[in-house]
Amino acid sequence: MSRSTGNNLRITRRRMMAGTAGLGLASVAMPTVLRAQNQTLKIGILHPVTGGLAYEGEQSRKGALLALEEINAAGGIKSMGGAKLEAILADAQSKPEVGAAEVDRLAEAGVLAIQGPYASGIALATTQAAAKHNLPHLVDVGVVDQIVTRGLPNTFRFAPGFGKVTSFALEALQKINAAAGNPAKTAVIVHEDGAFGAGMAKLLNEKLPGLGIQVLQTLSHPTPQRDFTNIALQIRQANPDLIIPSNYKNDFILMARTLRQQRVRPKVANYALLGGAASNVAFAKQYPDAAEYMMDCNHWYNPTKELSKAFAKKVAEKGWDLTYEVMLNYSCMRVLADALERAAAPDRAKITSALASSTYNDHIMPYGPTKFVNGQNEGAQPANTQILKGNIEVIYPNEFASAKTVFPIPQNG
Amino acid sequence: MMVNFSLLLPAVLNGVTTGAIYALIALGLTLIYGVLHIINFAHGSLLMLALYAAFFLYTLAGIDPYVAVLILVPAFFVLGYGLQRFVIQPTSHGRDENILLVTLGLAIIIDNLALWLWTSTTRTIDTSYAFEVIDLGFAFIPLPKIIAFFGALAFAALLWALITFTDLGRAIRAVARERDGARLVGIRVEHVYAMTFGIGTAAVAAAACFLLPTFYVTPQVGYAFVLVAFTTVVLGGMGSFVGALSAGLLLGIVESLGGLYLGESLGQLGIFVIFILILLFRPMGLFGARA
Repeated sequence: MSRSTGNNLRITRRRMMAGTAGLGLASVAMPTVLRAQNQTLKIGILHPVTGGLAYEGEQSRKGALLALEEINAAGGIKSMGGAKLEAILADAQSKPEVGAAEVDRLAEAGVLAIQGPYASGIALATTQAAAKHNLPHLVDVGVVDQIVTRGLPNTFRFAPGFGKVTSFALEALQKINAAAGNPAKTAVIVHEDGAFGAGMAKLLNEKLPGLGIQVLQTLSHPTPQRDFTNIALQIRQANPDLIIPSNYKNDFILMARTLRQQRVRPKVANYALLGGAASNVAFAKQYPDAAEYMMDCNHWYNPTKELSKAFAKKVAEKGWDLTYEVMLNYSCMRVLADALERAAAPDRAKITSALASSTYNDHIMPYGPTKFVNGQNEGAQPANTQILKGNIEVIYPNEFASAKTVFPIPQNG
Repeated sequence: MMVNFSLLLPAVLNGVTTGAIYALIALGLTLIYGVLHIINFAHGSLLMLALYAAFFLYTLAGIDPYVAVLILVPAFFVLGYGLQRFVIQPTSHGRDENILLVTLGLAIIIDNLALWLWTSTTRTIDTSYAFEVIDLGFAFIPLPKIIAFFGALAFAALLWALITFTDLGRAIRAVARERDGARLVGIRVEHVYAMTFGIGTAAVAAAACFLLPTFYVTPQVGYAFVLVAFTTVVLGGMGSFVGALSAGLLLGIVESLGGLYLGESLGQLGIFVIFILILLFRPMGLFGARA
């Protein structure tokens, strides 16, 4: 049935493309007039704003546009006579092939660079399509490491990848555990059975014993899972120090609620990798009881900086959820603007080399100076968060921490 | 994998409560099949629509999902009646394969409309009783699941009484068995068709109200249940009432125990193994009449 849905959408899109092509022709007919009137620099903002990833895509777009507004309000790109940035919005519809087609459309529309497209699967397609047009493509999230290991010279990833996040998360776990006197000695892993969850579970099974943590059980489940009672019962029986989940949002929420219903708590902590409640604002607010003390290692901002506080305040004023999609895309637009400033010309090749030599450091993220090595920002790192009193707090690395971790969690709470 | 016996009873009880919801969803499907002889592909989408309706009644009007049963069951009855009378019937020109395609088309339209209107954000409600449990000593059973179980059984009993004792029920059974004969004795077949579709849709609305306190809603949520509902219908016997009820409960238990002993990924296989075995050895289902 989903196949038919796809066809349905594609027809609409084809019509839209025809319309766009028409517009394109119209602007070719009178190019001089347009160029003389507005000296704008077009940036492609490409995200999945419809389909399964619509929420994440919408959040990403908001972050990019917020930064773009601020940059324009502050006088645009000064090295190009204060030229303003112009957003060309594109929708990947949560499908890689649509994302790639949108890159072609953006290239025709004359964008100088593209940022997006949130999901790994889409990023693999869009970066390749952008390479065809020599278009610099700044990837905002996309944790799969193949995005930057294919040697595409136009591809830059701002956030840390899967490998970096997992090694960081394990190191963090070891340090947090050691600081508390090593209370965590056993773990149960709960993972979804797709590439993401199963890959994570395999890695954890290999690495955790080296940290002195024995994996008691590895429980896999499909997506979507209708009922988590069995999993909760098995966790209760195993009675582990740590529960380590890696699954998607819907299933995570259902799991957390079932654990709470069945009165199942880990003895030490609920420690998620990339996707736990501790980076899900909506969940933390809706179920403060079920979410309390949950930990996550994920993309997150540095809450201790003045710059970040001002950013968080603006997001709150707009009534948006403060999620990492907003943070990362806000940052990406800043990095792009800095590259445009240094390129000093609306030229794709010059912008690509300006990105490659970026040392941008006014981050709201807990990152060091931007430094792209083979397209990967080596300055990027995740952060460990924990829900404390219904708020998402950074608890590791210590220099960015907004609160002290509660580890192990109280047992009679 | 070693699984302690102490998990067995809680898992079975949990399976029974989940199974009651499967049964209720399947009841609507089997009723529509039994009378109209069509597979309603829009069943999952209607479930999703009902979940959203219950969600918005709770968040916007503060109406508890269990109270919303009283509003949504009649509302979805009217919706189902209208769909059959004014959409499915006129567009299908009386041919079964057309009806199939129309319901499939309806599913696509409803799903995409939901995606467009409400985006794919996961929505849940937080009721005061969401985390209440009944402590049986050997198992915790969440209160919403107990309510769902008895609610589903009560609704099924009500449906059974309706079909067995009322004039409408007699007319529905008459049309199911012999359409032309029913028409000859003065039964308005089109009306009965639409009533049946309405009742089937109402059953889905009831299931949605019982499900929402322990589940979530997204535009894709119907598909998590519709496949199980089809299996339930086939297992129980197409068109069989008692069959759907017992098959729903049985599948709930099979799924739960399968998940426990084989792992959740493999455990769901149990459902489909049963499905294939039934098709091979007892195609009329456990309680179905011989064709």
